[in-house]
Amino acid sequence: MRTETFSFLPPLTPNEIAKQVQYILKQGWSAGIEYSTDISPENSYWNFWKLPFFGEKEVSRIMEEMQACREANPEAYIRIIGYDNIRQGQVHSFVALEPQA
Amino acid sequence: MPDKKLFDAGVKDYSAAGRHYYSPGYEPSERELLAAFRVTPQEGVPFEEAAAAVAAESSSGTWTNVWSDFLTDPSRYAARTYKIEPVPGEDHQFIAYIAYPLDLFEEGSMANLLSSIVGNVFGFKALKALRLEDIRFPAALLKTFQGPPHGIQSERDRLNKYGRPILGATMKPKLGLSGKNYGRVVYEGLKGGLDFTKDDENITSQPFMRWTDRFKFVMEAVHKAEAETGERKGHYLNVTAGDMEEMYKRAELAKELGSRIIMVDYLTVGFTAFTSLSKWCRDHGMLLHAHRAMHAVMDRQRNHGIHWRVLAKTARVVGADHVHNGTVVGKLEGDKAATMGSADLLRENFVERDMSRGIYFDQDWVSMPAVMPVASGGIHVWHIPELVRIFGDDVVLQFGGGTLGHPWGSMPGAKAVRVATEAVVKARNEGRDLQKEGGDILREAAKFSPELEVALETWKEIKFEFETVDKL
Repeated sequence: MRTETFSFLPPLTPNEIAKQVQYILKQGWSAGIEYSTDISPENSYWNFWKLPFFGEKEVSRIMEEMQACREANPEAYIRIIGYDNIRQGQVHSFVALEPQA
Repeated sequence: MPDKKLFDAGVKDYSAAGRHYYSPGYEPSERELLAAFRVTPQEGVPFEEAAAAVAAESSSGTWTNVWSDFLTDPSRYAARTYKIEPVPGEDHQFIAYIAYPLDLFEEGSMANLLSSIVGNVFGFKALKALRLEDIRFPAALLKTFQGPPHGIQSERDRLNKYGRPILGATMKPKLGLSGKNYGRVVYEGLKGGLDFTKDDENITSQPFMRWTDRFKFVMEAVHKAEAETGERKGHYLNVTAGDMEEMYKRAELAKELGSRIIMVDYLTVGFTAFTSLSKWCRDHGMLLHAHRAMHAVMDRQRNHGIHWRVLAKTARVVGADHVHNGTVVGKLEGDKAATMGSADLLRENFVERDMSRGIYFDQDWVSMPAVMPVASGGIHVWHIPELVRIFGDDVVLQFGGGTLGHPWGSMPGAKAVRVATEAVVKARNEGRDLQKEGGDILREAAKFSPELEVALETWKEIKFEFETVDKL
């Protein structure tokens, strides 16, 4: 099963995930974290991990939150979202972590 | 005999004072529709007279004075040439800027608008040639149209695809496959990693493959690929047909079979049919892909016809979610600038006048949804870094031969395209320079993707073009 953007690449390393988060923040977008065990194409709404991190500029904060989400949900897929409030929608989304084996 | 002071019968210059058609210095209002024409008058016709004639013949005027003009106020319905500009390097050509009062146009009717602006005037004897270069839709008129059925952002949400170009392929051979074989080609491409596959513009319902056969096998292929990949997919089912009733019938079946998108040849079916289908798509939650077959008849000649940017704007105003807009790569610099100009006109909410890209007017789209430009034809994996650099994420890249021409078949071909695109987008986001490092990025990705490695061997590396040194 594929999970859209970047799912045809090898799993991203923590450093590579951080660079994508950096990209999101640099565009002036807000980063968000979502998790789910249901990755079927019918499922638009994964669970929110807290609210999107509006105004957060620190990559490390997002990475810590992602790790916290991982620890709380070892069985879930975790994706990082970029929200653009000007365009009023999501503009980036990729699965950062797959379920822990 | 009526008093000559009241009604002076006979031919009068279009540019005569009091007829309004030639009004240099007139300041058009935000309510007026503006047009820029490239005018090539016949020998001996003064520029002012030719310019006034274009304004007159595309609005309220006729060749002679008529008594019934006095029943109305001609100044209210006259289009005005408010500026003429020489064309560098062309002695017998000029650009006429014309303002059209809003009242000349019916609300929501592209047919009516075009019958005025590019109607009889194009056959006018006093002109050798005439080309509509650009048009500025006033906000008041735009608001009488609904635009794309859904627009880019809604499409991305429907497809769950973010932060990268959408990938497609046109099914080949264009003609001559049975429904079942055709569905096979669709399945292979979608399963391999494409988001969309596409009917060709001239596939409708020929004897070798009737439309119901195609629709049913294709949708079986789409559903199977979705179930097996976990991603949302689609195929542009071309509903172009000989009459509107038949188009609705085909669109209904596409919907019944669970298709996310349909397709139409928007110029050959005509603007009214296109408008009706666009409205149907919005009502039924269906995306609309517009193919521009026949555009080159109108937009290819430099001196005569309608520039593509105008036809592209009509596609947005009337309402397509996708429209073919050219590929840029491998073409001349000028073409690249114009193609990017029309891409912006399709995608941005406000586009400024920019003559280096052939944009004659500011265009405020007043929040009308955006159209995804489609780059299709002759592109393969080596072009991807340049395509992503030029177009960004909001584009559909169609790799027909670049998918089906892969030596191992179209599933690996599609995978190669997808891997290459994702690797390039990831690298761009990491801050790498796609122009300088594009080749390296692809070669690095080929290390983990044998499909991409073979694709890179099959097609030749292209030299990445550099920005022109001769900047304005």
